[in-house]
Amino acid sequence: MNPFSSGTRLRDMIRAIRSCKTAAEERAVVRKECAAIRAAISENDQDYRHRNLAKLMFIHMLGYPTHFGQMECLKLIASSGFPEKRIGYLGLMLLLDERQEVLMLVTNSLKQDLNHSNQYIIGLALCALGNICSAEMARDLAPEVERLLQFRDPNIRKKAALCSIRIIKKVPDLAENFINPAASLLREKHHGVLITGVQLCTDLCKVSSEALEYFREKCTEGLVKTLKDMANSPYAPEYDIAGITDPFLHIRLLKLLRILGQGDADASDCMNDILAQVATKIESNKNAGNAILYECVGTIMSIEDNGGLRVLAINILGRFLSNRDNNIRYVALNMLMKAITVDAQAVQRHRATILECVKDSDASIRKKALDLVYLLVNESNVKPLTKELIESLEASDQEFKGVLTAKICSLVEKFSPEKIWYIDQMLKVLSEAGNFVKDEVWHALIVVISNASDLHGYSVRALYRAFQTSTEQETLVRVAVWCIGEYGDMLVNNVGMLDIEEPITVTESDAVDALEVSIKRLNSDLTTKAMALIALLKLSSRFPSCSE
Amino acid sequence: MINACQKIHFVLLISRQGKVRLTKWYSTYSKKERSKVLRELSGVILTRGPRLCNFVEWRGLKVVYKRYASLYFCMCIDPDGNELEILEIIHHYVEVLDRYFGSVCELDLIYNFHKAYYILDEILISGELQESSKRTVVRSVAAQDSLVEAAKEETGSTISNIIAHAAK
Repeated sequence: MNPFSSGTRLRDMIRAIRSCKTAAEERAVVRKECAAIRAAISENDQDYRHRNLAKLMFIHMLGYPTHFGQMECLKLIASSGFPEKRIGYLGLMLLLDERQEVLMLVTNSLKQDLNHSNQYIIGLALCALGNICSAEMARDLAPEVERLLQFRDPNIRKKAALCSIRIIKKVPDLAENFINPAASLLREKHHGVLITGVQLCTDLCKVSSEALEYFREKCTEGLVKTLKDMANSPYAPEYDIAGITDPFLHIRLLKLLRILGQGDADASDCMNDILAQVATKIESNKNAGNAILYECVGTIMSIEDNGGLRVLAINILGRFLSNRDNNIRYVALNMLMKAITVDAQAVQRHRATILECVKDSDASIRKKALDLVYLLVNESNVKPLTKELIESLEASDQEFKGVLTAKICSLVEKFSPEKIWYIDQMLKVLSEAGNFVKDEVWHALIVVISNASDLHGYSVRALYRAFQTSTEQETLVRVAVWCIGEYGDMLVNNVGMLDIEEPITVTESDAVDALEVSIKRLNSDLTTKAMALIALLKLSSRFPSCSE
Repeated sequence: MINACQKIHFVLLISRQGKVRLTKWYSTYSKKERSKVLRELSGVILTRGPRLCNFVEWRGLKVVYKRYASLYFCMCIDPDGNELEILEIIHHYVEVLDRYFGSVCELDLIYNFHKAYYILDEILISGELQESSKRTVVRSVAAQDSLVEAAKEETGSTISNIIAHAAK
């Protein structure tokens, strides 16, 4: 028995590693195994090559370096047996990626295997190529793959289709060659071939405008018919999910139709009926159905306008938005973001529900809803929307407060109809979440206040009031302190009272006390203290009686 | 050109304790980047509450995840992707694993990790769906398993091998 080859079977090694109690123990086991494997490699051991690679892959998954095993993959792939090739190709995909030069050495084996008499070996090669080939390999082997698009076995055709996708992404110039073979795939009946064929056409459209025009002109009708057949298909147990025949194929067809219909009235016309049928007939009580409806809405929104279809789409949106399932609501918010560019008014109608979502317990939903609200704000609705958002601010957790505060400040600054409203909103935000307000924002507030001479008195009084109740918010304290310093006399003498204000009695010493509190406050940082000191300085010239 | 490609960028299977059971990368990630992805996503996903939606936005991408017993199945897509469909693809994979192993559990995927990969490779290539029929997928993997079995039997009985083993 070869003294260097590890006697342990894969299973035993895995068991040994799993029973390790510490990381150090595990490292020791792995080190021993790797040493045995390295020795076997240098001895060019044939018998255990298969098992050793499997072990290496497991070790690799644990996070240990295994580059010394890369050549073993190549040797196994070059072997003639199916078991060796199977594990060799798997090892290749696991241990290497397209940037390694070693990968190029496989090109020859790949070429041979793509021409093998055993179709399962062709399949292994197509899979590996489709998953990790580099641009050079793609260019070299494209003709083989193209040929395989017409192979007798549909399982090979479907793999070749997906492999082709990688090839045209790596080498877009080659796209032209694939247009015709791809179009043929669309006429097949085998679901796997259809799914991959449709995907190939979709990706061809993305890299080649020639492909797009070709498919649009020659294939739209056929695709519509295929989707119709799917939608009207009787129960097919092999493909049925939640009462629908092959939802995956439905979805891919809808995706391709979207691309073909976008910007083209004729193509869009062609698909109106089937889109309406899908939108109205597909049941939405299971995820599979909803996945199709989601895609259908996306397609309707992207193709040329047909009033009736858009209404159907918005209806689906409305239903999704009030669904209790978090996933559906999340997806609805997504759809609405896209729908804004197409029909902003329709989206505005759902404002109330969207605002509810800003307070949702799910962080993903809150964030999406907030992004959406931001897009919905305009001059006419900024006041009620801001009011709601500030209410949400009060209820939200620390993590969300930062994001929400930033969005509110941004909105308020952008859409503010009057200065006094702006100041009011900023005050509320500062009182609730001042610590999250960025420097530029409260600096800007001070600038606005100083430029609004008729609001000086109002501002300082409002800030004084706020200051009495919310001293934990640092920025609020700073802005208050600055105002008191500047307009202390207005505060004390109730100068420039507006109708809406209630009178307030503040003596000179009250004002000074407020500043003193700011300096003595435990949380006050240097900036705040400095500002308070400067404010005191200003007041000392205005309130001579309080000079001490 | 039009929108970003909508394929799956990677597939991860992570246990509740954060152990990685399977990783398949369809986009280019260096070794360092892969470790980072695993660390970050484990942190995000394993701490999410049970009643929240199955989607997390992460680094400009979206990760769809679903927990089955002690394992989290995660697939990463572009923001434009159809999250609900990815949930179906995850379920598709799980059901095939179940059919193949006969009521699959985490241990099956640990000791037969290579089989889990073989099965995944019959369902996805280059991050795109390959086959919607579970029956076809299982049959294909089983046929290849038979080829391996047949080859083992052949090797076992060739005379040269018997001699070779005896000489060791």
